[in-house]
Amino acid sequence: MGDLFVLVISCIFINNILLAQYLGNCPFLGTSKKMETAIGMAMAVIFVLVLAGALTWIINEYMLKPMDVVYLQTLSFILVIAALVQFVEMFLKKSIPALYGSLGIYLPLITTNCAVLGVCLINIKEEYTFVESLVTSFAYAAGFGLALILFAGVRERILLARVPKPLQDVSIGLITAGMIAMTFMSFKGMV
Amino acid sequence: MAQSLAKEFTKGLWAEIPPFRLVLGLCPALAVTKSLENGIGMGIALTFVLVCSNLFISLLRNIIPSKVRIACFIVIVATFVTIVELLMQAYAYELFLTLGIFIPLIVVNCIPLGRAEAFAYKNGPLLSIADGLGLGIGYGLSLSALASVREILGNGTLTVWGGIPAFTMGPDFLPFKFLLTAPGAFVGLGLMLCLMNLIGKK
Repeated sequence: MGDLFVLVISCIFINNILLAQYLGNCPFLGTSKKMETAIGMAMAVIFVLVLAGALTWIINEYMLKPMDVVYLQTLSFILVIAALVQFVEMFLKKSIPALYGSLGIYLPLITTNCAVLGVCLINIKEEYTFVESLVTSFAYAAGFGLALILFAGVRERILLARVPKPLQDVSIGLITAGMIAMTFMSFKGMV
Repeated sequence: MAQSLAKEFTKGLWAEIPPFRLVLGLCPALAVTKSLENGIGMGIALTFVLVCSNLFISLLRNIIPSKVRIACFIVIVATFVTIVELLMQAYAYELFLTLGIFIPLIVVNCIPLGRAEAFAYKNGPLLSIADGLGLGIGYGLSLSALASVREILGNGTLTVWGGIPAFTMGPDFLPFKFLLTAPGAFVGLGLMLCLMNLIGKK
């Protein structure tokens, strides 16, 4: 149990998927202009990543390994993620329309969010057990959400500031992300 | 024909150079640019995937039904990414280890998928190859530029190939280690984007 706790802390803060592992930067910059969209994206990522983490682990362990075709990892994982996203979208639309209303537009974007495929591949590479994979998937997604929401808060303020023309938009966004990454660096050495 | 080929090729080198003008594929741009060698390696890998996937998608563009096109694109791109992964494992193992997870992640890099959707699905094979080659080389150049700055200032060396520095700043140089860390990557890319905006808008 203690080990799992350490794993969660290190996935959220020390190895933060966005700021320390550089994964998922396109949606990070794309959906952080408004707090609302940031929260929607964060929720959608948590939802899909936990499902994808579990599913890809099962596929790797019970399909790819016994058939000795581990080199098909990338191909099979991305197909599973794409199908999963589509399925989640249809399911939410039919049964929980309220949730679909708030998450709907972010779901298709998640297929090409490299954080999702990245975490699935990290889980396999680190040889985590099924429970550990579930926990890390959730923790990485929570770290993604935390960084995204923090960043959106800062970015809403930047909109009001007078930024020099060449630095506007993505450029100042990246520099701000650098500052936030610096604060996350201070968690190093905690575990 | 030759003119339009040249046009499609050169637009990737300046007018739409990723990741600056075409803000796609930021993750590898941040992650692998600690040394010039990695930047070049990533550029070559992406160029190969982009040219091959563009070619095949444009050849198959009349067969792929538009409703399931994204899934088809993903399968084609993922196939070539797997090929690159296996080739690198066989012939450039050191590089494969340093680039690590970012090789399989070319699938979700957005550049191959974006070009498939925006260009290859609508144009002929020759034009698509020119487009892929231009953007791939452009991406490699941007990565190399960022990597050179980070490596020279952050480590005081410049490695082109094989892990042996081709150039060192000498013993008196104090390396600016900040550039090699994660925040340094973000700030470096941000400043470079700013520089590109300055040059672009005279």
